[in-house]
Amino acid sequence: MKVGVVVFPGSNCDRDMFHVLTDVFHLDAQYYWHDKGLPENIDAVILPGGFSYGDRLRAGVIAAHSPVIKDVQKMSEKGIPILGVCNGFQILVESGLLPGVLLKNDSLNFMCEWTDLVVENNKTPFTNQFELNQKIPIPIANGEGKYFADDETLKSLQKNNQIVFRYSDVVNGSSNRIAGVCNEDGNVVGMMPHPERAVESEINPVDNKPSSLIFESLLEKMGVKN
Amino acid sequence: MATFNVQVTIENKPGISDPEGETILNDLVLRGKYESVSKIKSAKMLRFTIKENSKESAQLKVQEICDDVRIYNPLVSKVSIDVFDA
Repeated sequence: MKVGVVVFPGSNCDRDMFHVLTDVFHLDAQYYWHDKGLPENIDAVILPGGFSYGDRLRAGVIAAHSPVIKDVQKMSEKGIPILGVCNGFQILVESGLLPGVLLKNDSLNFMCEWTDLVVENNKTPFTNQFELNQKIPIPIANGEGKYFADDETLKSLQKNNQIVFRYSDVVNGSSNRIAGVCNEDGNVVGMMPHPERAVESEINPVDNKPSSLIFESLLEKMGVKN
Repeated sequence: MATFNVQVTIENKPGISDPEGETILNDLVLRGKYESVSKIKSAKMLRFTIKENSKESAQLKVQEICDDVRIYNPLVSKVSIDVFDA
């Protein structure tokens, strides 16, 4: 199974993600520069965190116009699992692959802290190993992480089971405490917190197992035995 | 063809919170006792320099660009466009 990690100018969690995919979960991962296309034989795509284009204009908007996004779009239509983390999530909403938008945190601060997520949808390729309402201790690190959608969109997200993760407490002013959503088909997932910073016990002071389930869900989806 | 300076102001739509504007109002201006101020909205401004036939076509072209490449996110923001002779 081959996982593509897309690298934009200013991505800075691409190596953390690559390390987790290859060293922790023993997957065949490959970096893909944003200016080039993705090959056909990729089984999953990850848009990592960082500050693509220095967050100029608005987080994610310039990267959303990168050539690689056309291929990500095609792969999303084929049902291939796609995960956007932090800036990757911002890029997915700015490219229209996921609904809503990410605004500056209510505090106006860059927030770097541990939060608790609650799993709201355990049917996606990145959450199928969780119990519903399971908690995930996981760090956030963002300035524009407040998820916003209008009332109509929030209703349709709820109705279609597109809310994947919520914060267990109010963290940054996100609508309905939303921390991650998926598309209608469920194969494209975006989340602000960083699972790649939480799956190893050496760097997770709370519990690294729940975050690991995000990657184990992908393995399960692909039928990979580690 | 003439050259125009086109000022694009991007601000949140009504109803979308603007914590930056609120902080400037409450923690800076009102703290300075300028009590006649009731609202401050923050915005981002871009200035385009563009060659077009007329002010009107400069305005239309810049609006087209803003919509096409998502200079603003229409879910939460709006743009206002003002054209000046360069």
